[in-house]
Amino acid sequence: MTATITNPPRSAARVRPITMAILAMGGEGGGVLSDWIVDLAEANGYFAQSTSVPGVAQRTGATVYYVELFPKQPGAVHQPEPVLSTMPTPGEVDIVVASELMEAGRSIQRGFTTPDRTTLIASTSRTYAMPERTAMGDGRVDSSKLISAAIAASQQFIRGDFARIAQETGSVISAVLFGAVAGAGVLPFTRVQFEDAIRAGGKGVEPSLLAFAEGFAVAAKPAGMSIDISIGSRPDDLPSEGPDPAEVQLAIDSPASLVGSRLQAQAARIAAEFPAEARYMLVNGIKRTAEYQDVAYADEYLDRIASVTSFETGGDGSGILTTEAARFTALWMTYEDTIRVAFHKTRRRRFDRVGKEARVTDAQVMQVREFLHPQVEEISDTLPTALGRWLLRSAAMNAIIHKVTHKGIKIQTTSVWGFTVLYFLARLRPIRRRSLRFGQEQQRIDEWLDLARMHAVSDYALATEIILCQQVVKGYGSTHANGLRNFTALMGAVPVLAGDPRAAERLRNLRRAALADETGQQLQAALSASSMRSS
Amino acid sequence: MAERSFATEVQELRLGAGEEFRGEGILAVTKGLLQSGVAYVGGYQGAPISHLMDVLGDAQDILDELGVYFENSASEATAAASLAASVHYPLRGAITFKSTVGFNVASDALANLSSGGVLGGALVIIGEDYGEGASIMQERTHAFAMKSQMWLLDPRPNLTAIVDMVEKGFELSEASNTPVILELRLRSCHLHGAFIAKDNRKPSFSIGDALANPKRDLSRVVLPPASFLHEQEKVNKRWPAAVQFIKDNHLNEFVADGAQDFGIILQGGLFNNVNRALELLGLSDPFGNSSIPLYVMNVTYPVIDDEVIGFCEGKRAVLLVEEGQPDFIEQNIQAILRRADATAKLHGKDLLPVAGEYTPAAVTKGVLAFIQKYAPELLDQESLPTSTLPVTDPRSPYAERIEPDLVQGRPPGFCTGCPERPIFAALTLAQREVGEHHVSADIGCHLFSINAPFNIGGTTMGYGLGSAGAAALNGKDSSSRPIAIMGDGGFWHNGLTSGVGNAVFNENDQLLVIVDNAYSAATGGQDVLSSKAANPLRSTQHSIEKAVRGIGVKWSRTVTNTFKVDEMRDLFKEALTSTDKGPKVIIAQSECTLNRTRREKPLIARRVKEGKRVVRERFGVDPETCTGDHSCIRISGCPSLTIGPNPDPMREDPIATVLDSCVGCGLCGENAHAAALCPSFYRTEIITNPSRWDRTKTSLRHHYIGFLQRGVERRLAGIDPA
Repeated sequence: MTATITNPPRSAARVRPITMAILAMGGEGGGVLSDWIVDLAEANGYFAQSTSVPGVAQRTGATVYYVELFPKQPGAVHQPEPVLSTMPTPGEVDIVVASELMEAGRSIQRGFTTPDRTTLIASTSRTYAMPERTAMGDGRVDSSKLISAAIAASQQFIRGDFARIAQETGSVISAVLFGAVAGAGVLPFTRVQFEDAIRAGGKGVEPSLLAFAEGFAVAAKPAGMSIDISIGSRPDDLPSEGPDPAEVQLAIDSPASLVGSRLQAQAARIAAEFPAEARYMLVNGIKRTAEYQDVAYADEYLDRIASVTSFETGGDGSGILTTEAARFTALWMTYEDTIRVAFHKTRRRRFDRVGKEARVTDAQVMQVREFLHPQVEEISDTLPTALGRWLLRSAAMNAIIHKVTHKGIKIQTTSVWGFTVLYFLARLRPIRRRSLRFGQEQQRIDEWLDLARMHAVSDYALATEIILCQQVVKGYGSTHANGLRNFTALMGAVPVLAGDPRAAERLRNLRRAALADETGQQLQAALSASSMRSS
Repeated sequence: MAERSFATEVQELRLGAGEEFRGEGILAVTKGLLQSGVAYVGGYQGAPISHLMDVLGDAQDILDELGVYFENSASEATAAASLAASVHYPLRGAITFKSTVGFNVASDALANLSSGGVLGGALVIIGEDYGEGASIMQERTHAFAMKSQMWLLDPRPNLTAIVDMVEKGFELSEASNTPVILELRLRSCHLHGAFIAKDNRKPSFSIGDALANPKRDLSRVVLPPASFLHEQEKVNKRWPAAVQFIKDNHLNEFVADGAQDFGIILQGGLFNNVNRALELLGLSDPFGNSSIPLYVMNVTYPVIDDEVIGFCEGKRAVLLVEEGQPDFIEQNIQAILRRADATAKLHGKDLLPVAGEYTPAAVTKGVLAFIQKYAPELLDQESLPTSTLPVTDPRSPYAERIEPDLVQGRPPGFCTGCPERPIFAALTLAQREVGEHHVSADIGCHLFSINAPFNIGGTTMGYGLGSAGAAALNGKDSSSRPIAIMGDGGFWHNGLTSGVGNAVFNENDQLLVIVDNAYSAATGGQDVLSSKAANPLRSTQHSIEKAVRGIGVKWSRTVTNTFKVDEMRDLFKEALTSTDKGPKVIIAQSECTLNRTRREKPLIARRVKEGKRVVRERFGVDPETCTGDHSCIRISGCPSLTIGPNPDPMREDPIATVLDSCVGCGLCGENAHAAALCPSFYRTEIITNPSRWDRTKTSLRHHYIGFLQRGVERRLAGIDPA
């Protein structure tokens, strides 16, 4: 096409409104933020127009507020009114504010945030979407991927954990974000003018100004974070999850320093017999088993792992079989029974944590009430084997227990009576070894480890997958029963899979199917698809 | 009492001539009504016009001063029928409701009103609910205007134009004896802007005047032979009168006519988007000074033949920007041009999307295609707006810059502490025991049950029609019966007769759950007949159970605390297995938490300040005992019950955790009991300004518990490093 340019390029000299989209969820104060922006602009020589769709916004859904600002002509008596848009145009948004990291992602997906134009100001905090929350395992979206995408998709990405700042300053996220907008220097107004807009609002002025200042400081900080995305390093502004690297190193070099006097022998054994990669998990495993039962139990734990670790020679040098066996054996050996629950409910550190979480001050008083729903099985679990069996069989006892517990029990742990009940339940620990469930669980653990060992020589990856299958056993009551049923089905599939070069991968897919729904339907479908239904 | 108070904003309604009004679109419309000397206003709430009703509710003193009658109509049909006051009397009346769903309900009355015509100005203010953020089926109000012959105003989205149209709308209605619709797009209703106010006007003829001088004119009643005359009158008298008024008052606008030999015809409501498109293409400026001729239809029905023909004269082509489908205006203009043997080619939905919202991006693409066809030399081809580039172009804003899986949908859902959530948790648990049932849903917050985690509800046929939606599923020999859901708002709107009465009369075996949260909650917490609170302006506290029993229901139960999940579950099971004939009605009562919080928050703050004992509750999850299976979340979905990092060094799956936003509604505990979940939930009660007894008790407990805890820690010594 022969383009005769008659107009100046549209980027040059054309006065355009400042465009700003605010992505938030209902009830987060996105409306408050857009109101402040409007007040700020109108008080300082600008036309302002804002729009929203509040019907949705009230009720936790994702929503977009949109603001356009246009400068008035200084000194003009008759101001011509600009024609402003009620909706953002993809590719034409100067500033995007997102109250949450996935919403920042949404602004990219919708084309509001673009690399040629947009300053993206977003909180790195996450408000998890429903599928992330309802997943049976870890369904969370990778925050570092969202951050990397936001860096690449924006001209400038200003970020911080603004939700945490809001909480710490006793204010709301909109005030922190307003501060970040000011600190980013993307609007033609001074800090004082921003603060005056908050003052003019008249509600919660002091906490809002405090939150504003914190948000301002984060955004005004010179961009010193250079993040090389290509090598996938974790952006340094995400709260770190998982073990502290220093502690992992300490577990490799000196496991003894991480345990108390009674576990020194076990720590020495870890240093002597086990691969370095697995030691962090093992150190935690001996502490966990010793706390759960006694030091002898920790020895039994190490014996079990030792029986697996001898197969590391067939592995890839990562020690993954030992590490995962150390993890899941410890978790299984410390299965959730009434004694364990009562123990943790009554510990001092738990009382401290609950108080901190509820922000209880010295002038206030705190009470804690538990919601327990013991089933007949859970009671019989804790009793000595013979007594437990009898209880399970006794219709009369079943009826009595049902009558007492079917509506659930509320126990006030902070009361003398409530604490005493839980305290004595926790003190039943010595009889655990003789209980019905203890015997059953030890047998299951041994069968599982036997199966893993059986395949470890010929197929190290399959053995590792067998160990990882323990992950599907979780929870209490019917959740636990479903998990155990799925686990049994997975173990039943192993002999069929063994020998297939893709056995590990196939077992991994089955494990994922087991975690896909509560009823085990997907697992059954996957099993029948590969004609491995265990029946 | 509505969720949002407009106590401060209503003061804007008092502004006098020359003062600047600053505020929301819907408030501006209200001011426009008062400036026009309106005598009565009615309507039914619903986004995006709920605030119009709420504002008037909060402005009772101003209405009293002006002598304006205002009512919260029982339904849109009621509101529409109330316009009958303008048939014989010179009373200006306005009603408001939510776009097509409101029109569906109001149609009977509006058709009768339009047939006989009006003497006083009658204005129907419509909050359009189309495009992003809409919550209803995507249809056009335009069809209703055409079928009953009501004039349709679609002003430019700025407050001056909108307020002006309120006043002009009344005049047009009176000049043509025809009811007029003022259509406001979703975002225009919530548009913040400014305009210069005029003085409010008292109605020159009052409701009292009408009642004192009753009138009757048989020629205005819709009954043969008058109804046949009405049709003739519509086309022979009222239509020409309207066309004359619209032309004389320049309600439609011409911009830059003659500047090019092509042009654009657009709905007034789309003016800002079209101008933005032209701006981005370098063909207009921020003040709407387009260099392309524009014909702005602030009146979209009737189409003014002369104006269209005049605009198209001497033009090679025109582009019609008409949002929604069917393309009524395009068909209309095609016919006008054909009849006039005009040579201009008409473009429209061939270049613009046939369906869907006309966002600035959509309009830009269509306008670009049009200009490329007729005057590509006007465009700077090197720097076209990036939104018009193909998605495959790396400069496109839609180029994939983020993995699609990283962004998940976030539909609206039940609030933290919502009393409707436990109803669906209980229904989930009941269905686990007695099997899945067909569920007919309704309109209201309770419709959020159709999404995860509950996934309950198969159809929704309209407001108050949940029960009627299950009418045909009445298998006399079936072992299963349908479940219908209805809200208190829908119940009083029509559900009592269309649903409950129908089920009684036809001996439908359904279980009907009436969600009674004491407000029309989804529309913003307006009062309904059964609202608990006394309302100084309205009569409330009328029992739903009495109403259903009065209409013939034998099996009905009222649950006054929906949070008792186990009791609700057992009641559902009973209703689903009962051998009694006819509908089984469960009225599930608990107050909407948004409204309750709004009511209670200031009271609690005052009590704390006064040094009175206040107990705050919140829930928590013990990280040591939570195994990260999230079954608690799957029967709740509460925004405050979420997941967080697992502090256990051996576990990787996130644990359930309760956020600070928890209001301690108790559902977590009830669910833990009813579904026999895990023992990790606890409730913390924080007592501010504790009594002396609280302190003594706590101190004693502290010593006793501390003593035992020290023993436990002694046993554990030697496991962790000292």
